[in-house]
Amino acid sequence: MNVSVNLENDVDLAQHKIVAKNVQVYYGEKHAIKDVNINIQPCSVTAFIGPSGCGKSTFLRTLNRMNDTIDICRVEGNISIDGENIYDPRVDPVQLRAKVGMVFQKPNPFPKSIYENVAYGPRIHGLTRTKAELDEVVSASLQKAGLWNEVKDRLDEGGTGLSGGQQQRLCIARAIAVSPEVILMDEPCSALDPIATAKVEELIDELRSNYTIVIVTHSMQQAARVSQRTAFFHLGNLVEEGATQDIFTNPQDKRTQDYITGRFG
Amino acid sequence: MTDVAISPTKSIYNPDARTRRRNAAEMRFRLYGLSAVVVGLVALVILLWSILASGLGSFSQAFITIDVPLTASVLDKSGTRDVEELKKVSTVGYGNVLRVALMEQLARDKVDTADVSEKEIFDLLSKEAPATLRNMVLADPSLVGQTIKFKTYANGRVDGYFKGRVTLESAKLDSNITPGQLLLAERMQDAGILTSGFNWDFFFGPDASDLRPEAAGLGIAFIGSAYMMLIVLVLAVPIGVAASIYLEEFAPKNKFTDLIEVNISNLAAVPSIVFGILGLAVFINFMGMPQSASLVGGLVLTLMTLPTIIIATRAALRAVPPSIRDAALGVGASKMQSIFHHVLPLAAPGILTGTIIGLAQALGETAPLLLIGMVSFVRSFPGAPPEGFLDPAAALPVQVYNWTQRGDPAFVERASGAIIVLLIFLVVMNLVAIVLRRRFERRW
Repeated sequence: MNVSVNLENDVDLAQHKIVAKNVQVYYGEKHAIKDVNINIQPCSVTAFIGPSGCGKSTFLRTLNRMNDTIDICRVEGNISIDGENIYDPRVDPVQLRAKVGMVFQKPNPFPKSIYENVAYGPRIHGLTRTKAELDEVVSASLQKAGLWNEVKDRLDEGGTGLSGGQQQRLCIARAIAVSPEVILMDEPCSALDPIATAKVEELIDELRSNYTIVIVTHSMQQAARVSQRTAFFHLGNLVEEGATQDIFTNPQDKRTQDYITGRFG
Repeated sequence: MTDVAISPTKSIYNPDARTRRRNAAEMRFRLYGLSAVVVGLVALVILLWSILASGLGSFSQAFITIDVPLTASVLDKSGTRDVEELKKVSTVGYGNVLRVALMEQLARDKVDTADVSEKEIFDLLSKEAPATLRNMVLADPSLVGQTIKFKTYANGRVDGYFKGRVTLESAKLDSNITPGQLLLAERMQDAGILTSGFNWDFFFGPDASDLRPEAAGLGIAFIGSAYMMLIVLVLAVPIGVAASIYLEEFAPKNKFTDLIEVNISNLAAVPSIVFGILGLAVFINFMGMPQSASLVGGLVLTLMTLPTIIIATRAALRAVPPSIRDAALGVGASKMQSIFHHVLPLAAPGILTGTIIGLAQALGETAPLLLIGMVSFVRSFPGAPPEGFLDPAAALPVQVYNWTQRGDPAFVERASGAIIVLLIFLVVMNLVAIVLRRRFERRW
């Protein structure tokens, strides 16, 4: 990085894709996320781990404002992507979500054909002008998601007819198709068997070169396998954040240590 | 290894008392359910049987066919064949023509008319016959001077005799018919003058007055019901679906929307006659729309159907899994895109089912229509839409009600026939609902 040292803010922006400062999230009266500060680096995988109900999914959903759909949810603080505050009143969440894609816990393909599933995003955003271009985007997305060889002969069959692992990769292809910069994954493998999980993890590792990926996971092994950085959440607090290796071999906080050694969780 | 078999402390071959009681309770419960289904089916069979038994007769009819010479010197004294001139001859004049023609026909076919007077013979024809003949001539003046084959209804009592409703014994007590007339009708049947056939006029003809049950038809009620269903479909479906989408997807959840929700549920339970009073007060008295018009009926039925459609649509929208909305929002679809591209198509079967059930309910509704004057006696067909929506019309269920009020038992048969027609419509609509639901249900 060729940035002068005294402009620390600028360094932050250049090195960090997402910067969250003093983020508070409330569900009605409940204080779900307490004062979280985190920087997420571009073109890397950041894993959020922690026991159930610790707020890691909630925090993930603040990153593309999916929490807006919940009436009682309120977000305070500052989250910026590429230096732009995503909670600025000028921001249209629809546009934000094209830039920050999301893959959900349960594979949720649309009950339409495989082709339509992937083509839907580019179509509503007007990313392609001709059918040929759209075909190109669909096949490229499916290739990136490692699904192309399995489905290329049956693109017009239903997306819901695929196996669970294939469905989840289809959802990833769907997210990729709108060329996002960040992909949020909310426990993407929790509904998959070990073989499908391995494939998705492999895919996440490949996608890392082009996308900033944030993944919420319950499996510490998975966090260790796929992520470069790990953040540990507990009771709405971000307890510890650092390089994955450091978190798992040399945790600074007692709570982190207890969690990764299986004493609670 | 030893040969000692381990004997169970408690064999599972013999169910213990507790298990036996549990199984018996389960068996009893199944029998209750089964008997409930059987009772329901028996009731349905009895209902259908009684309606079919008394109503199927209305689909066939006794007709009398005679050669009628339309003598020019009687019907068109001016000789101009001008319609205005022809109108001067009243139905009484045509009645005379028919009486003479009938007597000549009987004489030609050598039917014994010994113990029946000429008036009694003429009474075998429907009272509708002279008017029918007159209308035929007025519609086509060139018929004058020709001898035409004229087919008309037999009197309702004669028709009833061939269907078993009227007997020689009952005719003795009946001032409208004598046993002699009935026996003559039988001889006319042998001679081929009186025939039985399928009665298309029952479906397409207009209603007739109390003395002419044989001529009464459902045609106007058909058109009135069809117009009203059209109005309900065009108004209730878009309004209902739009309201449901707004309430379910966009409206903030607060006291006000709670109030609206409670009121919609309440409206669905409001007795239908209340909607009739509302229609009378608002559409007819306040807005000055015509009485008996299918437009007013359609509007009242729309108001009545809206809560049903809204409740069904909201339930269908709620049943769409949230993961689909998340998926659409996750790729950057706007709220409206996610609703129209994904949620609505998935909810469509439920919406369709609710709509058709609402329509079927509206089709069978009688009470509100009574209050807005659709029970009146209408003889002239309403015009083509849209002006026809303002013309007086009847409705199928009201026609049933109307006919059951009349004295002549022949109208009871007609009413049962109309019920059969109404039931067929309802069954068809429900079938369409089922087929549509099957078709639109998630295809994968």
